[in-house]
Amino acid sequence: MAILEVENLSVSFLRYTGMFKQQTIRVIEDLHLSINKGEMMAVVGASGSGKSLLAHAILGILPENAQMSGMIRYCGETLDPVKQAALRGREIAFVPQSVNSLDPLMRVGAQVRMTAKGKDPIAKQREVFQRYRLPENVERMYPFQLSGGMARKVLLATATVSDAQVIVADEPTSGMHADDVKEALQQLKKLTNQGCAVLLITHDVEAALETAHRVAVFFAGTIVEIAPSADFSGDGERLRHPYSRALWSALPQNKFMPISGVQPHPNEVREGCLFAEHCPLTTIDCKNKRPEMRELREGMVRCHHAT
Amino acid sequence: MLLEGKDLSFRYHHGPWLFREIDVAIRSGEVVGLLGQNGCGKTTLGRILAGYDNPIKGKVLMNGLPLPRHGYCPVQMIFQHPERAVNPRWRLSKTITEGWVPDNDLLEKFNVRKEWLDRWPNELSGGELQRICIVRALGPQTRFLIADEITAMLDAITQARIFHSLLQIVRERNLGMLVISHDRHLIKRICDRIIFWENLVH
Repeated sequence: MAILEVENLSVSFLRYTGMFKQQTIRVIEDLHLSINKGEMMAVVGASGSGKSLLAHAILGILPENAQMSGMIRYCGETLDPVKQAALRGREIAFVPQSVNSLDPLMRVGAQVRMTAKGKDPIAKQREVFQRYRLPENVERMYPFQLSGGMARKVLLATATVSDAQVIVADEPTSGMHADDVKEALQQLKKLTNQGCAVLLITHDVEAALETAHRVAVFFAGTIVEIAPSADFSGDGERLRHPYSRALWSALPQNKFMPISGVQPHPNEVREGCLFAEHCPLTTIDCKNKRPEMRELREGMVRCHHAT
Repeated sequence: MLLEGKDLSFRYHHGPWLFREIDVAIRSGEVVGLLGQNGCGKTTLGRILAGYDNPIKGKVLMNGLPLPRHGYCPVQMIFQHPERAVNPRWRLSKTITEGWVPDNDLLEKFNVRKEWLDRWPNELSGGELQRICIVRALGPQTRFLIADEITAMLDAITQARIFHSLLQIVRERNLGMLVISHDRHLIKRICDRIIFWENLVH
């Protein structure tokens, strides 16, 4: 059963380009996503493509100059800003990308205990620190005393001790050592066994594939493909979208091949498929008509040519 | 040319030693990888080699001489978090010309768009900012680069593109580069030689 559904989500910003000139920039466009109870879904894709904003939209913490349209449903119920604020941190937990999100004037142990449910928050916090292999003296430290990787673990611990049904984790493992990444993601996966849904936003394709059930590939403000993790293998011949294949072959353990060109900037006028410029399969159709999201081989794709 | 760290020891205040009496050396034209756990002191070693911090004991020498204390430092470091490596109150045109004035070719090579330079740092994504930081570090007097997890926050395609351009320039100008990372695959792919932190500190 889908616990969190996102339909037709678009997010745009108003930006001042001069004294009195404004410009609307569309950063997320027409995005569909649904995640089930007990499922871990990874969102991977280009940096600057709007992945973090998807998380912020779900949590209802977009900046004030952002305009959002579309629908977000939690347990079948449509979310509005009031409901989002009520659920945030309780039913829907967030692991932010920036380690600056920790309170700089509070010992980290106390910060984790704040969200802990149950009778004995101290025991719960210590247990979770142990699971993330944080030394005991860390709980008495202030955020500035932590290394980048340790700060990330503290952020993860905060979400783990809450009893949230949905965890949205935005780049929770960047800068961590490989063993720690594995450990941290396993911890998140364990939560899915208890029925929790995890949306893992990451650029670490390898780690995402090892743990997530499904992978959503993000490009230029929208999701171009949703595929079972197992489809990322070999030369990527089972993948549905050409961008997914390019991403797969750019990994250092694969071909380390970049594609030419850059992704379209949000303020460029765009018609047709957003990937058309870089795509080996481009036809006249791609330049004129924006492909719709459709189902294909147990996944979804947004491409005219996918088979 | 040779960049050496000799007998380096470091600790913060009176904390435990991060490392003691370690030796590292990088030659021009060499791309060296440094692999290790987080919190082990890789970044600190990078900062010492680039002259940002002084070791408690030991010294850093380039061709047998200490690094210059004034003017452009021939050892340039590129940081993991570009948003913390730029002045948030400067437009990027000022940041990118901090050490030298890059030409259009180089800007194009790293896909730095002209319009970014009129903006403030918080208006660019991490990948875009990082490219600006890389260009900033590539002045004509640069001899060595310390790349500290420079693509840790970027997607695979951007990572591949940045390293393709960077390695091309490193080869062209015969620079030496230390690549600090925890990504084994990346290090194996681009480095001529790998230093494992565990072996360095014995």
